[in-house]
Amino acid sequence: MTKVIVSNQKHPLDTYLRTDRLPHIWCPGCGIGAVLHAFLRALLDSGVDLKKVALVSGIGCTGRVAGYVRLDSFHTTHGRALPFATGLKIANPELKLVVFSGDGDLIAIGGNHFIHAARRNIDMTVICVNNFNYGMTGGQLGPTTPLTGRTTTTMRGNIEEPFNIPYLAAAAGAVYIARWTTAHIHSLEHSIGEALAKKGFSLVEAISPCPTYYGRMNKQPTGLDQIRYFRYNSIVRHGIDPRLVGIEANGQIVVGKFVDIERPYIPGATGSGNGRTT
Amino acid sequence: MSQPRHLAGEFFLSGDEACAEGAINAGCRFFAGYPITPATEIAERMSERLPEVGGTYIQMEDELASMAAVLGASWGGVKAMTATSGPGFSLMMENIGLGAMTETPCVVVDIQRAGPSTGLPTLTGQGDMLQARWGSHGCYSIIALSPDSPQELYDLTIKAFNLSEQFRVPVLIMSEAATGHMYERVVIKSVEELELLPRRKPNVPPEEYLPYQPDDDLVPAMASAGEGYGFHTTGLTHDERGYPAMSVEAQDRLIRRLVDKIEKNKDAIIELEEDGTENAEVIVCSYGISARISQMAVQMARDEGMKVGILRLITVWPFPDERIRGLAQTARAFVVPEINYGQIVREVERCAGGKRTVLVPHMGGTVHNPHTIFEAIRQAVK
Repeated sequence: MTKVIVSNQKHPLDTYLRTDRLPHIWCPGCGIGAVLHAFLRALLDSGVDLKKVALVSGIGCTGRVAGYVRLDSFHTTHGRALPFATGLKIANPELKLVVFSGDGDLIAIGGNHFIHAARRNIDMTVICVNNFNYGMTGGQLGPTTPLTGRTTTTMRGNIEEPFNIPYLAAAAGAVYIARWTTAHIHSLEHSIGEALAKKGFSLVEAISPCPTYYGRMNKQPTGLDQIRYFRYNSIVRHGIDPRLVGIEANGQIVVGKFVDIERPYIPGATGSGNGRTT
Repeated sequence: MSQPRHLAGEFFLSGDEACAEGAINAGCRFFAGYPITPATEIAERMSERLPEVGGTYIQMEDELASMAAVLGASWGGVKAMTATSGPGFSLMMENIGLGAMTETPCVVVDIQRAGPSTGLPTLTGQGDMLQARWGSHGCYSIIALSPDSPQELYDLTIKAFNLSEQFRVPVLIMSEAATGHMYERVVIKSVEELELLPRRKPNVPPEEYLPYQPDDDLVPAMASAGEGYGFHTTGLTHDERGYPAMSVEAQDRLIRRLVDKIEKNKDAIIELEEDGTENAEVIVCSYGISARISQMAVQMARDEGMKVGILRLITVWPFPDERIRGLAQTARAFVVPEINYGQIVREVERCAGGKRTVLVPHMGGTVHNPHTIFEAIRQAVK
């Protein structure tokens, strides 16, 4: 007879989640939960007062993170998480600001805000989950869909060059840039921890499976297929020029910490938004 | 940091400058904006003045970002505003909707120019009046005020901040280039004499706090980020906990409350100015600079023995249905001058109970010629 063991044990991170909102909406095999896990562990390890953490998301699958964390959290409009977070951070510089959103939200509809938040070097940590397509709406072309990648709006293959997010962030002025995949969960956690400790605009790109859409349409139909692809096609290159880390369809994924520099940030030590407080 | 410096006394200011001083004295400490004629002077003045009082001016990449930053700052516990004109107002609609949905106090100033599109960038218009009411998608209510002078741009900016805190809603100031760029005497009371409404803060411990549980007046108390409440807020339809609630019942409860908290508190919100409306045969109903121009036309009509009253909508939204219905009991006609091809006239006609309602349109670029309004009054009296 099969013995069924029902555990009453809580998951160690349950305290930090709105468990009354579970189960979450993410598909089996999706990587967003893994990135959230890495983030929460990094956040707890950072020693930051959780009452002083505000998490802001935009719209999309990753945008739902704001609704599951037991933090002051804001689920805003599509693409506008960064300017919303900019206002919040300047209004209360004591807050540790984290923007947790997807590649479509941050890089397409929010692309202008992304480069300007990086340029201003607003003191916040951005976690960008990149799954190469719009999952929430059913797998359409995104700003990161690799050339030739199939989506529901590029059934014959994508003809547009995608954004290389680390290169874009570096050009715009981000002071910390790392990329990992959900096959590198410990490294991802480590980089998120470094990003949280960094003053200024820090970015961690987390490449994630979307087996329901992108994977299924590109010959990696399960989460495991995509994780295997990440695992066996990634190469760690710390400090590499971000120009060289673009992602091709089924190609190599360069991971690591690419940028870690110092630059004046906002709000500065005076607590002012633009340094003009007298 | 130097001592906060508030103006008090008599000044010669443009409407835009007066608006900025009103914001400073109302306690506004965050301004996010994007340059646009004819509202730019508000941003310029705020960039000078805010650092002097410990606040922050930030110039965003566009009006989408400006409005988003204003909402973020408000959730950070700071009174926040932005100012723009038609093209920027269109972009702000997206996050004005988020502000209405998440019940975020803030002030948005629209110094209207003639549109549509780029229109007449430097010249006056009143074409955004219905956009103010209905511009963001979905069903919500909003408050909009219409000043007729630099003095009122100062006074109503303070009132706008108070209303936004009292009802937790974005409050719009619908002015126009003619008033924003007009220089006049502005009397500024000392900040100690002002009645400023503080934010309605929760009075329960964090574990009992329901971010969207309304008080008796349908408005909930608002925690700020970083105070330990650990709340969630979303643009999705939500329940009293602030959690997404994808049901017909939750939608019904939330949307009714968002609308009713304004519409059922109309008496506390609406401010009107009337002159000679009792026993008037014709009532000129107008707002902003057009109401001011109408005064001359009304005087000309009275000089000719016509019984003409003027109803000035200081509050345009929510609309004063009741008062216009009341006036329609005795008046024979309403005359509505506005610098557009007929917007607020629709509301007047709706409430006029079949009484004649005459639009005096002007497509924009200047204010009305008072004689045109006078002529409309004369026709209406016949």
